Amino acid sequence: MNGFLVKQAGIHTLIQDLGRFGQHQIGLTNGGPIDKLAFSWANRLCQNVLNSSALEITMGGLELIATSATKIAITGAKVDVFINNQRKELWRTHTINSGDVIRLGFAESGIRAYLAVVGGFQIPLSFTSSATVCREKMGGLQGTALINNDFLPINALTKYDETDFTLNYQYRPTYSKNVVLRTIIGYQYQHFSSVAKRLFFSSEYTVSDRYDRMGYRLTGSKVKADIKGILSEGICHGAIQIPADGQPIVLLNDRQTIGGYPKIGSVIALDTAKLGQLGQGDKVHFEQISIEDAHNLNQLSACLFTGTKLELC
Amino acid sequence: MKIEIAGENALILYFGDKASPEIAAKIYQAEKLIREHCADVLIDLIPSYASILVIFDLFLCDYYQLKNKLHSCLVKLQAGSIVDGRLVELPAYYGIESAPDLAALAYRAQLSIEEVIRIHQAQEYRVYAIGFAPGFAYLGEVDTRIAAPRLATPRVKVPRGAIAIADRQTAIYPSVSPGGWNLIGLCPTPMFTTECEPNMPVSVGDRVKFCAINKTEFLALGGNL
Repeated sequence: MNGFLVKQAGIHTLIQDLGRFGQHQIGLTNGGPIDKLAFSWANRLCQNVLNSSALEITMGGLELIATSATKIAITGAKVDVFINNQRKELWRTHTINSGDVIRLGFAESGIRAYLAVVGGFQIPLSFTSSATVCREKMGGLQGTALINNDFLPINALTKYDETDFTLNYQYRPTYSKNVVLRTIIGYQYQHFSSVAKRLFFSSEYTVSDRYDRMGYRLTGSKVKADIKGILSEGICHGAIQIPADGQPIVLLNDRQTIGGYPKIGSVIALDTAKLGQLGQGDKVHFEQISIEDAHNLNQLSACLFTGTKLELC
Repeated sequence: MKIEIAGENALILYFGDKASPEIAAKIYQAEKLIREHCADVLIDLIPSYASILVIFDLFLCDYYQLKNKLHSCLVKLQAGSIVDGRLVELPAYYGIESAPDLAALAYRAQLSIEEVIRIHQAQEYRVYAIGFAPGFAYLGEVDTRIAAPRLATPRVKVPRGAIAIADRQTAIYPSVSPGGWNLIGLCPTPMFTTECEPNMPVSVGDRVKFCAINKTEFLALGGNL
């Protein structure tokens, strides 16, 4: 069979496509890559459609053995990559031959790396998507993170192609430990006093030890709403939930679809991608923007992505 | 109805501030209208107790356009009559071996176990929301006499099909999971399946009625003890 044998699954490696949409009415969440930009670049480097299945490698430690010839690209968190013990560069494609051993070290800046393969991993879809959501036992190979000895099938290359592509240094994202989260106020914002809002937008928050694909719990200035709970309602990606302890939680791809805590607004997806590269102790600030600004930023970022040309190696 | 921003590509429509059959019927109707009239820009919809979250594709329409679209399609809602969902009957086995909290709930309510079972079955419940886990439908509201607070210590493992009560809500656990609700019976009907369509026997806006079955019937319907 064509593909990769998982020699070492690493700390937490998940099969993801862009996510599972249109299924909230039966309680299924989105899944999908936490850092959509790095994920999309990995697929673009491989000349794939952006929704192709790739790997989200959290922290690192993954080791794969190829059983056929192909090309791969690894993007995202800064991590050492070795192919047959030779150090290789991120943000470019690499030719792989049958028997090659691909090994990732542990992330040095950022926490999530993405590995795409030409044509994408061939994973059956559940509810329109291959995205793995462990909490729901949905997607991936069996609804779980990769385990040792899993096999990741791919399609054989139809023709051998010597060209490799790279993303110029100036366009490669870098991952800092201090991120600004641009936020649109919304939901129950009127239940937060102007003092509470000012405190929220002027304080520095720290990523606590409770951060995962469901959400990032932050610690810092306590913000209180004038209500305790609300009737459970739909929660969108990036929503900032403020529980009774006043410590914000930014909800991400694997969040529960409904919940009853007050929310002050939502972080834009361009910035949740950066948040999702942070780990415990890293710092964030919230910055209020309008929904018009958010729409403009999305258009600009999409133009920048599609307008940036890959280069030949 | 009030429309608020939820996020960069999400608006939330509020139809009131408490759950009621009238609001649920309105939401049921509004969901259908939105699916019909905004299909081209819609990514997802989450109807709940008194709100609908509308997630849209911000590359196909902006917030103002969607707000206008919603206003114009929901005009029909105010004018229209109250539409109801389907009535779905679900079998319930209230056998004591399948209902670890039934006796305690009855004792607390100063009712006999038989009375608790009779009251739980007597009513039609509305599916107010689906969430928490795939296929988990929040049904309401139970008679105040059998309302019960969540367990102080949630169970690590609630069996698939467990019929449960928390405050004035009742639900059926669609799969094995942790949970803090009071378990009063078992339902043999799968609440969530990936194998066939529809994946759930109920949708938001439907009504549910429980019908007591005995152990033989429970096992014949595919139930496991």
